[in-house]
Amino acid sequence: MIDWWLVRDIASWALILIGSAAVVTGALGLVRFPDFYTRLHAAGVTDTAGAELIIFGMMLQAFSPQYGNGWLIFAKLGFIAVFLGLTSPVATHAIAHAAWMVGFRPMLGADLHYGEDDE
Amino acid sequence: MGRFIILVVALAAIWLALSGYFDKPLLLGFGAASVLFAAFLAHRAGVLDAEGVPLGIFPGIVVYMVWLTFEIGKANLMVARQALAVEPKLSPRLFLVPNPPRSTLGKVIFANSITLTPGTVSVDLREDEILVHGLTDALCDEAGIKAMGERVAKIERGRA
Repeated sequence: MIDWWLVRDIASWALILIGSAAVVTGALGLVRFPDFYTRLHAAGVTDTAGAELIIFGMMLQAFSPQYGNGWLIFAKLGFIAVFLGLTSPVATHAIAHAAWMVGFRPMLGADLHYGEDDE
Repeated sequence: MGRFIILVVALAAIWLALSGYFDKPLLLGFGAASVLFAAFLAHRAGVLDAEGVPLGIFPGIVVYMVWLTFEIGKANLMVARQALAVEPKLSPRLFLVPNPPRSTLGKVIFANSITLTPGTVSVDLREDEILVHGLTDALCDEAGIKAMGERVAKIERGRA
């Protein structure tokens, strides 16, 4: 017989740990990447994989033998996951577009030069 | 009228999912009243259109979101590898991709999908093109992004 609560715990732990690793990876990239635009991409890892995987892990924890009615918590976390997915790209685009509009240009090419581009 | 009913049903479902009251008549009554009032306000404000209550993009958008989740997962791995590499091999690039969706909603879905995928950020929206900043050559998959745009355009036309 399989202990489904144990399976749930393992899956939930795995999701939360991978999510945390993604958050740390995003933070590392944010520090290590060379310029503004490349750093936005690193922040994207934290925004998507980090946040969503941790929320999915928490959604699994919503159900437990002690406390009933986990569906409410499950639904609320689901709403958070969906709205994070809808709003975080808007924020990222707002920042990128603001930098672009004031004339801030990205580093380009494998040698990471600033300079004349074709746009 | 159809959109009004759909909005009422959706708001009622959200109210029930967030409050969890199924057996308290007074609170359910208040909930029903507030749902109807909110829907009436939306009607009065004139936002009950294809953008405010986007029925046309269902059910295609659900399939699209599942597909996008896997794309985001793949892109995440590629960006994470660069972030953790001893010597990151970046070659950032700016490129234009066509923006095939016709409605504002479709354009927003497409541009947000590009931004949501790590490794590509939509920097500037032109008339019918999007200026995209990509992190590495592997992530600057112009053909793939173009195909994503076609997908969104198909959903928008209600054929996906």
